Amino acid sequence: MSTIILLLITGLGLGALYFLVASGLSLIYGLMGVLNFAHGSFLTLGAFAGWELSRRMGGESWGTLIASMLLGMVVGAAVAAATEFLLIRRLYNRHIEQVLVTVGLALATVALFEGIWGTDPIYVTAPPWLSQTTEILGARVPNDRFLMIGAAVLVLLGIVAFLRYTRFGLIIRAGVENRSMVTALGIDVRKAFTVVFAIGGAAAGLGGVLASHYFGYVSPQLGGSLLIFAFIVTVIGGLGSLAGAAIASVVVAILQQFANYFWGGTGDLMVVLLLAVVLLVRPTGILGKKA
Amino acid sequence: MKSLANLSQRTWWIVGGVLVVVAALLPLLNLSIPGVLPGATYTPGTLQLLALALLFASLALSYHLLFGTAGMLSFGHALYFALGAYGLGIVLQQTELTLIPALGLTLAVVIAAAYLLGSLSLRVTGISFAMVTLAFAQAGNVLVRRNPGLTGGEEGLRLDTEHIPDFFIGVVNTRNLYWLSLALLVVVFVVVAWFENSRAGHAVTATRENELRVRVLGLRPFGVKLMAFVIASVLASLVGMVHLLLQSGTTPRATSADFTLTILVIVVLGGVGSRWGAIVGGIIYTLLDQRLTALASSDAIDGLPAILRIPLSEPLFILGTLFILVVLFLPGGIAGAVKRLSTGTSATPSERKLLEEAE
Repeated sequence: MSTIILLLITGLGLGALYFLVASGLSLIYGLMGVLNFAHGSFLTLGAFAGWELSRRMGGESWGTLIASMLLGMVVGAAVAAATEFLLIRRLYNRHIEQVLVTVGLALATVALFEGIWGTDPIYVTAPPWLSQTTEILGARVPNDRFLMIGAAVLVLLGIVAFLRYTRFGLIIRAGVENRSMVTALGIDVRKAFTVVFAIGGAAAGLGGVLASHYFGYVSPQLGGSLLIFAFIVTVIGGLGSLAGAAIASVVVAILQQFANYFWGGTGDLMVVLLLAVVLLVRPTGILGKKA
Repeated sequence: MKSLANLSQRTWWIVGGVLVVVAALLPLLNLSIPGVLPGATYTPGTLQLLALALLFASLALSYHLLFGTAGMLSFGHALYFALGAYGLGIVLQQTELTLIPALGLTLAVVIAAAYLLGSLSLRVTGISFAMVTLAFAQAGNVLVRRNPGLTGGEEGLRLDTEHIPDFFIGVVNTRNLYWLSLALLVVVFVVVAWFENSRAGHAVTATRENELRVRVLGLRPFGVKLMAFVIASVLASLVGMVHLLLQSGTTPRATSADFTLTILVIVVLGGVGSRWGAIVGGIIYTLLDQRLTALASSDAIDGLPAILRIPLSEPLFILGTLFILVVLFLPGGIAGAVKRLSTGTSATPSERKLLEEAE
């Protein structure tokens, strides 16, 4: 029983990380039709920014942790907005070329990070509370899981509130439904593109800082390894659906944890198998629009 | 591509034939191109590099069939390359089969895998297809890394030379492997050209342009797309097998998503939709990669201040940047640029359209 609770909460923590990456991917894809391969680099950069900050301020304090999370968000948002503005916008409506540009950016930035910070993992320091455990129904759960879950829930609520109650949110929701109609009504959707990229980048940057605490290290490959699972999550959840991404993140991460524990480390394969099953039964994903 | 060859398709084939003959004679000649090749063309080191360039050209051609002709943006093409390399390596290691039967057995496995995974991934199109192929390739990557007993894990798999003919073994025989690579390139080129000009090839091109219309005409796009997928996968696996022989082994990098992205970069650099572009792209990429790596560790770079030294010592950074610039400013890649220069027109709507409708 305690094992199952531990696996469930750990799965939720991992799912929170997936969601932080997948939410941005899904929003960007939903509005612009761009599959953003550089999203992993936003995450990695956020993680490195957070690490650089905590290295300078001493990583033991809560203030540093919160500051590094905020810095990760700001860096992620700034880089993502710059990417949209300088690269993606020039290729407006040419989806494949937009994907190719993000592929090039991902290759170049990972190489650049390796040049700057080296290829070896760098271990991070965190407030001592995070490495302790809390007992829930007999299960000793590492405390950092709660941080992940809390942050992801806040991000989810924040994005939902933003989409529902602000003018930009309205434009974005309308744009996901029917972009040409929004443009025809005289609204400049392109501003919304930059905003969506910035939001996605901020979530990824935050995800980067949290991922560095979840795994205990930062490395240039950090973003790439999470990105692949985030891709799977977005497909399973349905491209462009935020709620779908949230559900799929949790399902995928929990499945992964259970398979790793009970079926001898087959988590990654089970996730791919789940993807295959979802595609066979429902090619548009759980909450995807009808093709 | 058609306008490139419309006046003189036969001339192009003759030019290609002459180039193949020249390439075949290279190991017997003493040519040096300082700055491009590491040594004279008869030396094993140079032949190894040239053979690698030819293999990358073949691999790019097989991807061209998938992406350029059929318009399927796959992020899992490396899986089939790796299946060929690891498959052959494992069969040679675990069984007593000689090279040819081992090749046949691996091919059968590849065809089955490509058919199964292809028919599954082709249930979705466009970006979803890209992500699904990526996921399958990732599963392959995990399998290779998690089973060190069979695949050598992170260390990579060494070629078991016991059952391989002597003329493919050793540094002295690099030129035989070079000729093998050249022969493979010719085979791949002929197969790709044949498929593109066949009825199935026309159907698949039509599907790329407008799938709905093909359906309305009463054709079933799924079958021809699957056929293109399987042929491209088999060609990629053949390249993987020769790569295994050439490099005397293979590493998990062959299964990684980065490797597929490399192939994509090659095809886009060369020019999407152009067979010649894919070949030129593969050769230029390999030479550039080798030269940039040499440059990265040279003294000239070491003496630069950090802000220049760090980016310049990462070959992938330079290639990635180059790739972004090509996508932004040179639609149609090298082949497109050459065509514009030769015809004097600046617009390339066809390449642009090709890229767009591939989605």
